[in-house]
Amino acid sequence: MNKIGKYLLGISALIFMTNCGNNNNNSNSGAMSSSKAEKVYVAPGEHDEYYGFMSGGYSGNLTVYGLPSGRMLKEIPVFSQFPTSGYGYSEETKPMLNTSFGFVPWGDSHHPDISQTKGELDGRWIFINENNTPRIARISLETFETEEIIELPNSAGNHASSFVTENTEYIVAGTRFAVPNPQRDMPINEMKGQFKGPLSFVSIADNGRMNLEFQLNMPGFNYDLAHPGRNKSHGWFFFTSYNTEEANTLMEVNASQNDKDYIAAVNWKKVVEYVKNGGGEKVAGTYAHNVYDEKTHTAISTMKEGVISINPKDVEGAVFYIPIPKSPHGCDVDPSGKYIIGSGKLSRDLSVYSFDKMLTAIENKDFVDDAYGIPVLSYENTLAGTVAAAGLGPLHTEFDGKGNAYTTFFISSEVVKWKLGTWEILDRQKTFYSVGHLMIPGGNSRKPFGKYMVALNKITKDRYLPTGPELEHSAQLYDISGDKMELLSDFPTHGEPHYAAGIRADIIKEKSKKYYELSENEHPYAAKSESEATVTRNGNEVHISMTMIRSHFSPDNIEGVKVGDKVYLHMTNLEQDFDVPHGFSIIGANTSEILVMPGQTKTIIWEPKREGVWPFYCTDFCSALHQEMQGYIRVSGANSNTPIKFTLDDE
Amino acid sequence: MKNSLKLLTLFITLLLFSCGGNDKKDEPSYGKKEPVKKEIKEPASKRIDLNNKGVGPVTSIDLGLVVDQDMAAHGKEVYDKMCTACHKAEKKFIGPSPKGILQRRSPEWVMNMILNPEQMVKEDQLAKDLLMEFNGSPMANQNLTREEARAVLEYFRTL
Repeated sequence: MNKIGKYLLGISALIFMTNCGNNNNNSNSGAMSSSKAEKVYVAPGEHDEYYGFMSGGYSGNLTVYGLPSGRMLKEIPVFSQFPTSGYGYSEETKPMLNTSFGFVPWGDSHHPDISQTKGELDGRWIFINENNTPRIARISLETFETEEIIELPNSAGNHASSFVTENTEYIVAGTRFAVPNPQRDMPINEMKGQFKGPLSFVSIADNGRMNLEFQLNMPGFNYDLAHPGRNKSHGWFFFTSYNTEEANTLMEVNASQNDKDYIAAVNWKKVVEYVKNGGGEKVAGTYAHNVYDEKTHTAISTMKEGVISINPKDVEGAVFYIPIPKSPHGCDVDPSGKYIIGSGKLSRDLSVYSFDKMLTAIENKDFVDDAYGIPVLSYENTLAGTVAAAGLGPLHTEFDGKGNAYTTFFISSEVVKWKLGTWEILDRQKTFYSVGHLMIPGGNSRKPFGKYMVALNKITKDRYLPTGPELEHSAQLYDISGDKMELLSDFPTHGEPHYAAGIRADIIKEKSKKYYELSENEHPYAAKSESEATVTRNGNEVHISMTMIRSHFSPDNIEGVKVGDKVYLHMTNLEQDFDVPHGFSIIGANTSEILVMPGQTKTIIWEPKREGVWPFYCTDFCSALHQEMQGYIRVSGANSNTPIKFTLDDE
Repeated sequence: MKNSLKLLTLFITLLLFSCGGNDKKDEPSYGKKEPVKKEIKEPASKRIDLNNKGVGPVTSIDLGLVVDQDMAAHGKEVYDKMCTACHKAEKKFIGPSPKGILQRRSPEWVMNMILNPEQMVKEDQLAKDLLMEFNGSPMANQNLTREEARAVLEYFRTL
């Protein structure tokens, strides 16, 4: 190397070192703090510290993530057919998607919420609402499967849902699109004063079963979001509403005319007492209630009729309105239950109400107005404070359990941290882009975990490699353990994650089911050993009870099926070990595959249309001999006499 | 440049030649098996090894002098439900027949194979050889309790 070369090398080494030095100086973290990469790195084979459950929005599902890594662990089908597992396609799960409108293959899931005991997340179930065909689902956090879906009659746009009270006594559903109640044929422009916004209260039994207890038949404003009181305000529920104008067209202008809309404050304990004493009136309302049984591995859909409707005026001291500026959206209650935070989405300020002041105002009958007979409390006399000029377009607030609140601002695309009580702004961080909800694990309970915050953004733009016009939404993870929020990472989320719920992993991971006990399988067509495998004909219905184990079906040769038959393929997975599902599919089936968990039985229908010998196979790679896990069904002509015959290895 | 061309030509020629060489070799046609080299090794299923206790939770089992008929009956029930998808007494099926198993294997080895198959096929040479003999078909862990596995063992004594 000549002298010039050495000289150049020296210079570049110097520049390189200087660059490194500059980078260190620019970093926010001190010398001792770990790097951002280390904070989100979960080493291969290790587990995340938190589960994050992200609403799948218009996918109708719920996705499970590990935090802080942002790795997606599972997509749980809830309101939509899911060919990956056969949910909504298998005979056992089709009833889950039944509604009073018939079978609906899709839903718009919104707000997940984890069950609570004494205001703390207990990890038994997670609930999620469906906006389009109003429903609430309950998902087991042992099996991570949807176990129950209840429809809400007389309602439309179930957005203010699914939020649970602090001992999981009730879960609520709202009406975001005011509708005639009961539904009837009438001119749309006569909506004002005629439409209603029923709020549904669904009780949760100890075993998780949901029951529609009553509906508060509220004036026809758009009930948008809700949160239960907790701790000292336990027993109350708060709902934001917009369109107090009761406009029916060009809503983006006409529903934004009033300076203030309302938060509805509902003393649900009083209403429950009223109903218990015979209050309310049973009105018409048809709704499906679908329950999945883990023993029969089958869902049953029951169509129910009638619901107790309550006129809010009739329950003394139970329902009030609190004015709130500029078309509110989010409505959140802090861990102590002292403060109710209302976000006027067209405002720059947050209004924070005092629960104590609200009670005093009610006691003193400090009413400024009434809306269809419901007393309206004074804004000034219920207000605890405002977080002034915090940003543009406040939406939702979560808490860290250390006296701080975190609010998202959609228009200015940021999260603002502020102090409860002093309303002072402590920090603000950009989000990428246009954040909707945010989620702090446990952040809407009495005891938030307060370590991480996830911003759930609506717009992705340039954050990832482009994938054509349609992009997955983007989430950002922040470390909130220090004074300032620190952006750690981006990760894509599936569908539109309206809201999310998070929980420390150790609360649920040990309970997670590994397989279903074969001995407890009560499916009527289960073949619990190969000796129980059968093929039976009943008219043109053929029932095949087949077993699956690594790596063969029994029987794997079947004859005597005819064109025009309706063949029920009941598949039982005989495995009794963790993570050994088998799949099943057959050529020409007008349905999806099914993925059968160990110990489980699932059924699909196959209607053979042509004579021939048709193969079926296992769709989920199960062992070194997975490719050999296959069989044949012989299909004879409709009028043939081929006898029923089923064998494995010619036996 | 001329030299490079020459080298390239030589290289290609060599390449062609080596390919051709393979073609000339007498390959058995499909379906015909190459004559097996006569290094006869007894199949793992026939091998007798009564000292090997295998790898797993079971280190010592005392078989009674006479078969405990109640336990064996319970064992048959468990076996019929959990094992017959792959094992049949009267023939080699997906896995070996359990008939006469205790003349070839120690009782501990059998129970460890039932209770701890994943580790057995990785660490026990005999289990590894069996896996290959049975086409790589894995011994499924059916999560039997120790008591159930013991009962199945007792049933095997009656076969």
